[in-house]
Amino acid sequence: MSLVDLFSVVAIGAGVFFFLAGTVGLLRFPDTLSRLHALTKADNLGLGLIALGLLPRAESTLGAFKLVAIWALVQLAGATTAQLVGRAVRRKGTAA
Amino acid sequence: MSVLQALDIGLGFLVFAVAAWTVFARGAFAATVGYVVYGLLLSLVWIRLFAVDVALTEAAIGSGVTGVLLIGAAARLRGSETAADEKSLSGLPRVFAAGLSLLVAMALAGVVLLFPDEGPSLAPQSMQHLPETGLGNPVTAVLIAYRAFDTMLEKVVLVLAVVGVWSLAADPHWGGAPGEARAERPEPTLAFLAQVLAPLGILVGIHIFWVGADEPGGAFQGGAILAAMWIIVMMARLTEAPSTSAFWLRLALIAGPLVFLIAGVGGAVFAGSFFAYPPGFAKPVILFIEAFMVLSIAVNLPMMVAGPPRREPKR
Repeated sequence: MSLVDLFSVVAIGAGVFFFLAGTVGLLRFPDTLSRLHALTKADNLGLGLIALGLLPRAESTLGAFKLVAIWALVQLAGATTAQLVGRAVRRKGTAA
Repeated sequence: MSVLQALDIGLGFLVFAVAAWTVFARGAFAATVGYVVYGLLLSLVWIRLFAVDVALTEAAIGSGVTGVLLIGAAARLRGSETAADEKSLSGLPRVFAAGLSLLVAMALAGVVLLFPDEGPSLAPQSMQHLPETGLGNPVTAVLIAYRAFDTMLEKVVLVLAVVGVWSLAADPHWGGAPGEARAERPEPTLAFLAQVLAPLGILVGIHIFWVGADEPGGAFQGGAILAAMWIIVMMARLTEAPSTSAFWLRLALIAGPLVFLIAGVGGAVFAGSFFAYPPGFAKPVILFIEAFMVLSIAVNLPMMVAGPPRREPKR
C-alpha cells in the first residue's frame, strides 16, 4: 500500500466516522437544535474528509476541482437548511 | 459475495424500506419527505446500473422538482388533512382495496419472474446508427432522433400541465401573476443561498445540456437545473413570478415543442420523412431543437411550482 493509498484510507475512514457519529446524534439527541448540530458535523467534516481522501484518486485536475465544488455546494446547502430549520424552530417557540 | 454486491443488496432493501415508510407515513408532509429520499436512493440505484442519464433525471425531476411540487401541495392541504383522514375507507371497501393492490403487486412480480434471461434489446441497432446522428451519447440519440416524436409530445404534456395549473385561477386573477410578490426585505438566509447558488446553477445547467450530446446529461436534466435556480430565486422572494398574460412568458413556454414540431415538418420537406434530420446536419439541428427545449423546460417547471395566478393582473 503506497503512501497515497494510506492517506485515502485514513481520510475516508475518518469521514465515515463523522457520518456515523452524526447519524447516531441525529437519532439519539433530544431536541431539534442539537440534532441539527449533529447533522451539520456529518455534512461538513464527514463529506469534507471523504472528498479529501478521494482527491489524490481523481483522474484529472478538473475531476479534483469537481470534488471540491461538490463539497462546497453541500456546505452551502447544509448551512442554509440548518439556518432555516433553526429559525423555524425558534419561531414556533418550542425546541421539541 | 463481493463488497459491492453486498452494498447493492443493502441499497435495494433501503429502497423497499423507504418506499414502505412513505406509504405508511402519517401526514402528507412526512410522506413527501419519504418520497424525496426514495427518489434520491433510486437515482443511486440507476448509477449502480450504469444509467447515469436516468439517475440525473430521477434526481432532478423525480425527486427534486416533484418533491417541491408535493411539498407545496402538502402545505396547502395542511388545514384539511385531518378531515380527510376521518373519511378514510372502512370495512369491506378497505379489504377490497387491499386485495386489489395485492393482486396487482403479485401480477407485476409474476411478470418480472417470467422475463427471458436475455431481454430483448435494441442497444446494438442504437449504437450502430449513432454516427449518423453526429452524437456521442446514445441516450440523447434515442430521445431526440430515434423517438423524436415521443419527446416532442412529452414537452407538450408539460405545457398542458401549466395550462391545467393556470386554469385553477379565480376569475379576477386570470392573467395575473402567481406566487408571492417580491419582498421588500427577503429572508436573509434564503436570499444568500439564492444569490450564491443561482449563478453557479445556471452555469451547471447549461453545461449539463451542452455535454448531453456526447456524455450523460441533456436538455431535460439541464433544463431542470435551470428551473430549480428560478424556483430558488422566487422562493427567496428576490424576484416575483411574471404575469401569466405576458407574451414572452407564453412564447417561452411553447418554444420547445414549437421549434421541435417545425423541425419535424422541415424534415418531411428536406429529408424525406416526418422528424427526419438531413444527413450531415443532424447534430446542429438536434442541438438547435434542444436549446429551445431547455428554455421551455426551464420556464414550464417553475410555472408549475408557482401555481395558479393569485394576484389581479395589472391593467
